Amino acid sequence: MRNRLKTLINPNIIIRIISLALAFTVVQVLISVNVINSYLQITLATICINIILAVSLNLITGFTGQFSLGHAGFMSIGAYTCAIITMRYGTLWSFILGVFLGALLAALVGFLVGLPTLRLQGDYLAIATLGMSEIIRVVFVNLDVITNGAAGLSDIPQFVNWIWLFVFTAGVVWVIANFLNSSHGRACISIREDEIASSAMGINTTRYKVMAFTFGAFCAGIAGAMYSSYFYVIKPDLFGFLKSIDILVIVVFGGLGSITGSVLAAVLLAIMSTFLQAFSEIRMILYAVLLVAIMIFRPQGLMGSKEITIGMFNKLGNMFSSKKEV
Amino acid sequence: MEQFMQQVVNGISLGSIYALIALGYTMVYGIIKLINFAHGDVYMFGAYIGYFCMTTLKLDVLPSLLIAMVCSTILGVAIEKIAYKPLRNATRIAVLITAIGVSLLIEYGTMFFMKAGVRTYPPMTGLMAQKFHIKGLVITMQQVLIVIITIILMVLLQFIVKKTRVGKAMRAVSLDRDAAELMGINVDTTISFTFAIGSALAGAAGILVGLYYNSINPLMGVMPGLKAFIAAVFGGIGIIPGAMVGGYVIGVVEVFVSGYLNSMYRDAIVFAILILILIVKPSGLFGRNVREKV
Amino acid sequence: MPILKVEKLTKSFGGLMAVHNVDIELEEGELVGLIGPNGAGKTTVFNLLTGFYPPTKGEIILYKNGKEKHLQGLKPDIICKEGLARTFQNIRLFKDLSVLDNVRIAMHKNVKYGLVSSFFHLPSYIREERKLYDASMELLSIMKLDHKKDEFARNLPYGEQRCLEIARALATNPSILLLDEPAAGMNPAETAMLSDLICWIREKFKLTILLIEHDMSLVMKICERIYVLDYGMVIANETPELIKSNKRVIEAYLGEDVSDA
Repeated sequence: MRNRLKTLINPNIIIRIISLALAFTVVQVLISVNVINSYLQITLATICINIILAVSLNLITGFTGQFSLGHAGFMSIGAYTCAIITMRYGTLWSFILGVFLGALLAALVGFLVGLPTLRLQGDYLAIATLGMSEIIRVVFVNLDVITNGAAGLSDIPQFVNWIWLFVFTAGVVWVIANFLNSSHGRACISIREDEIASSAMGINTTRYKVMAFTFGAFCAGIAGAMYSSYFYVIKPDLFGFLKSIDILVIVVFGGLGSITGSVLAAVLLAIMSTFLQAFSEIRMILYAVLLVAIMIFRPQGLMGSKEITIGMFNKLGNMFSSKKEV
Repeated sequence: MEQFMQQVVNGISLGSIYALIALGYTMVYGIIKLINFAHGDVYMFGAYIGYFCMTTLKLDVLPSLLIAMVCSTILGVAIEKIAYKPLRNATRIAVLITAIGVSLLIEYGTMFFMKAGVRTYPPMTGLMAQKFHIKGLVITMQQVLIVIITIILMVLLQFIVKKTRVGKAMRAVSLDRDAAELMGINVDTTISFTFAIGSALAGAAGILVGLYYNSINPLMGVMPGLKAFIAAVFGGIGIIPGAMVGGYVIGVVEVFVSGYLNSMYRDAIVFAILILILIVKPSGLFGRNVREKV
Repeated sequence: MPILKVEKLTKSFGGLMAVHNVDIELEEGELVGLIGPNGAGKTTVFNLLTGFYPPTKGEIILYKNGKEKHLQGLKPDIICKEGLARTFQNIRLFKDLSVLDNVRIAMHKNVKYGLVSSFFHLPSYIREERKLYDASMELLSIMKLDHKKDEFARNLPYGEQRCLEIARALATNPSILLLDEPAAGMNPAETAMLSDLICWIREKFKLTILLIEHDMSLVMKICERIYVLDYGMVIANETPELIKSNKRVIEAYLGEDVSDA
């Protein structure tokens, strides 16, 4: 009976709450004593936004097995929608409306694009999604009346602060983790494992692929809204092919199919880029080398498809204590 | 009408470039089922080598072309040996990500050594600066050169693929790698050879574009690379004549969109074509439908 | 009473007739074999029945609760929901998932909670997941796999992988089970156990079973009726005893010269 409950009610739920509270408190304290100064707060925001992007891309690519190279396109929809709405109304409520409208629009585009293209296999899908994000970018460049063309929007009202970032990041990760730990989530994962067997077991694979894609796009839209409201300047070029690659690097580095891996990788890579801020070319070269090296030497990334759990720390602890005894 | 014909001429010149790059994509995809994202950067590399030959070494166009092709070949084979070969049995997604990594490495490596700015090819003189006026059409010597060299290279490629031993090996490996290996074909050499030919063509395209548009930069390979891939998909990936036709179609469409609509929509329309093909006939114009075996 | 009726089923790949005018009829509760030389089109018949290929021609009719239902042209997941489940010749488990998850995924179509509930783990999620877990464990314990519920499917020994595949098919709650060479790669002892298992699950789950198999000892022992396929056509449909002495069947398997000699 205890065993049954353990499998059903996520045993990590209390641990999740505690670790989230701990993370929030630590960062909050560090901000108030100015260890995280205003410069490092930018890194903090980047980390949060990248976590949302990476975890949602991981849902599409790592868990459902659909290779997408267009995540930045969905992000840009969220960013522009939220920016345009807050610039017009300028209230906190308009910001909240902007976040959700942006996410919904991104999801809608994800749905419309996903429906026909998700029939494609592997690399064809990758190219199709890449094409889609390029089309979105070109549309934003050309809709100058509302997007101000290639120059982009500036002076977007800044509503997002650390608390908003934390709430949305934790919320998105929590919901995605819950989804993956449900029958619907398992249906998605079974598509990655073996699409043919999955449909033979009664799973409507198209439906679940589109669902994961739409859901991922929704979350990317939230990330975009956070971005525009925190950094208050956006332009179409920020959401090009390179941004999609950026997100992919985080997912691959953390491990396709590991949520905690994506979170860890987002933190590590953001810290790395902060140190390399002044040398943007070297940063890209390092990124590239990292990407190739991971694929050759550790294709499963930092975590593989495993998650960081408390049990892991126990094991680690045991390892150290047993070493001491020797 | 004159304007229309002029657009066709320009489209064919641009299409030749795309066709040359698309051939490399299609051959590599045919043989190892990999979208070689770094292929567009080999083309960029070819353009830079050509630039050096013509400015620093003050060589003529043809020797520069040959040197650029040889250097691109070396780069292409090196990429295959270093980055792709260790992943021969890895998942498709792993190889694709590696290809993206290699592509970024070449782009930003070039940017690091060459600086990000634009470089300009030396102005054409003498015979190369000629322009032909035919019934109101203007055809530049560069355009003539591009089309002639492209045709020569394509004929040469057809000869290699159809008539030589390596060509037969290439076709055999792309049909069934395991069976080819059992028949005593050295698969690794054949794959390297495919990369070599594809890269030589891309290098040639690079220098031709340098001559045509004069300016080159480290990221110049990204868009043409993607468009050439679209051309390959259009014609049916893995099919050599398909890549040629696809290249010309994409080139002409692009020129027409910039000429008659708005050049800003150029890229978007090419990508829209891609998505349309993938939905309507994913196997491309000349491709056959293949089903996954249950 | 028939449960499944296949009429003039035909599939051509280009010019090749892989399956040609095949008629198959399954009575409720029957255990029927489908045999034939390599390349006779047996697996193609399965792929047609389960919707992986659309038939070129012909009808597949399922009789359920006194109603007729045409299955040709439907998609695999719909056909599975109608009550046809299958296993694969070359085991297709979800290799990197646990044994429990393999079975739970196959039960997905019976899960009654929506997306919102899965996002926030609402009470309906907890209730339904508990039911799902209990049902999966019950099935696993019947198949004697319950002690391995947390193992990755890829780490199971070969015989247990075959069993898990059958368990997974059963988890979809089928009325007709299609087994594609379940004994392939098994030793005689394992095959004997498998034949007991097949007979037993038929009783336990009230199944109609259609079985492709090359192991004649197994087919002759458990099947009540056998269809023989050759070059995509049914050449015999008889009891095992009659099949053994059927001239056309022997010709198909051994070539014409043998019967002449």
